[in-house]
Amino acid sequence: MTRHAAAPTVAELSDLIAPHLHLEGPLLPILHALQDAFGHVPEAAMPLITEALNITRAELHGVMSFYHDFRDVPAGRHVVKICRAEACQAVGGTELAEATLARLGVAWHGTTANGAVTIEPVYCLGLCACGPAAMVDDKVIGRLDSVRMDALLAEAGA
Amino acid sequence: MKVYVPGDSAAKSVGADDVAAAIASEAALRGLDVEIIRNGTRGMIWLEPLVEVDRGAGREAFGPVTVADVPGLLDGTLDGLGLTDDLEWMKRQTRLTFARCGVIDPLSLADYEAHGGLAGLRRAAAMTGAEIVEEVTASGLRGRGGAGFPTGIKWKTVLEADAPQKYIVCNADEGDSGTFADRMIMEGDPFTLIEGMAIAALGVGARKGYVYLRSEYPDAIAVMTKAVDLARKAGVLGADLLGSGRTFDMEIRVGAGAYVCGEETSLLNSLEGKRGVVRAKPPLPALEGFLGRPTVVNNVISLATVPVIFEKGAQAYADFGLGRSRGTATLQIAGNVKRGGLFETAFGISLGDVVNDIGGGTATGRPVKAVQVGGPLGAYMPVSKFDTPMGYEEFDQNGGLIGHAGLVVFDDQADMLQMARFAMEFCAIESCGKCTPCRIGAVRGVETIDRIAAGDAGAQELLTDLCETMKDGSLCALGGFTPFPVMSALTQFPDDFATKQEAAE
Repeated sequence: MTRHAAAPTVAELSDLIAPHLHLEGPLLPILHALQDAFGHVPEAAMPLITEALNITRAELHGVMSFYHDFRDVPAGRHVVKICRAEACQAVGGTELAEATLARLGVAWHGTTANGAVTIEPVYCLGLCACGPAAMVDDKVIGRLDSVRMDALLAEAGA
Repeated sequence: MKVYVPGDSAAKSVGADDVAAAIASEAALRGLDVEIIRNGTRGMIWLEPLVEVDRGAGREAFGPVTVADVPGLLDGTLDGLGLTDDLEWMKRQTRLTFARCGVIDPLSLADYEAHGGLAGLRRAAAMTGAEIVEEVTASGLRGRGGAGFPTGIKWKTVLEADAPQKYIVCNADEGDSGTFADRMIMEGDPFTLIEGMAIAALGVGARKGYVYLRSEYPDAIAVMTKAVDLARKAGVLGADLLGSGRTFDMEIRVGAGAYVCGEETSLLNSLEGKRGVVRAKPPLPALEGFLGRPTVVNNVISLATVPVIFEKGAQAYADFGLGRSRGTATLQIAGNVKRGGLFETAFGISLGDVVNDIGGGTATGRPVKAVQVGGPLGAYMPVSKFDTPMGYEEFDQNGGLIGHAGLVVFDDQADMLQMARFAMEFCAIESCGKCTPCRIGAVRGVETIDRIAAGDAGAQELLTDLCETMKDGSLCALGGFTPFPVMSALTQFPDDFATKQEAAE
């Protein structure tokens, strides 16, 4: 996940917002672009978005908070999404997820103390015939077991 | 020698990228002339990574292949499965929608055309809008996203609506557990979806289309985005579509993790940049959809099936099927199953044949206990209902729904009370919040099931009553259909609810 070291400048933010303004329904593409760049939607971007789209801060908050994807604070350096849906449950996904959370000492949406990994639930990755499944950042992993999960977490620095 | 290593995300999730890299480096080391093609998956997910080698005498299948198998694969000493097309799984299918998936290079338009691609669009480009809509109606195609609404009727409504702008919106928010057909076709044969949307646009008079693709599918997003670019450069999209003088272009839009956005009105709100809250119907999206304009909202598989209907003709498609379920079902066999994957066949095959014969029973080897058909909002079917034929009406009569034709198999260790609880919990997490029976009912549902688990004898009646309220009082299928898995678990597997009660007493 790309992350700028310093707080983003107005110019940087505007450069990410402007290319989407001609779209029909530009808000989600703007939020995705910002989150892809910074790992979250920075506070400094909010007034720029509301100004550009002529919406209220409340409307923007309403949209941001509706969707599971968008965050207004940074996550851990890596985000591990573990599938909780039925097909993965049928092959031991629940046990795997619970063991992972217990081992890391976090709850769902929690971040490890060293800031390396945030664990999130996801409801289906479309890997239903090769579960249990998870996604580390944008990389999909199927046929997971505790050994592979431990290796993934170690690699992510958890 | 040509080597096919799927770039499908299911294959990648079990190591296909590493295998492809190992083949490339091993081939380079030996000075072999190997062309590696990252195709889609053939749908035999239990064999992934399934590598195919073509030495000039057909494509021979190997799988699951590990990095350690690669030297043997190139030596010709690795045990193979035989020619891919001769495998039982492939031979028994009727591949119409998925004919090219896993066969071609997904991003080669030349490969696509060589396998029948664009023939349907060329034919449609010479037809009037009304003729196109009539062809789809005659094929009997029904919405493959779950509701099963006749596609032709939907298109006719949009065609006849008078508006300065109309839209084609593809619902690629495939959030249902146990379903991956949309993902497979978008990653394995993206041009067929583009072609289907273009035909829809010519049919109803739309100039703009959107694919609303869930963010959980980064690989599908990447492939579809590239495919749209390639199609535009080749004139399949744009101001003069295939030289027809008509305009159609499209964009890929990425969802943001809300399950309810798979509901079409919620999806439209999301596409407009709003909260993905469900809209009341009427007005139908066909009349007032995206930005208030007439909009065709169709599922990926519905649209991806349109090209083959135009290529082979409506009657050829309608000749497959059962009753009012025409054509093929793209069965997705998942969960605790020995042979999981995608199996396309005419409607009418029985549930039991799908699970036991095609799927080979459970992966654990234990008895099957239940099969959830149609996603998280579908009923849990017990083994006693295994003779139910796969068909919209046939499932409805047996207390279930076929939905997107995803099947999740559970063995006898599944706790159906927990599955019912999960259905309510999921509804509570994903509810858009617009209507009370869903927003509040789902939370109360979790609590009520916990009371049953704790031995409260009166709570079962309360749960039944609550499910009635949710079913009758919810605007969309999330609140309205959550009672399917809950009540099917309660009525078909009463022991899982009673045991808890007796244990507590």
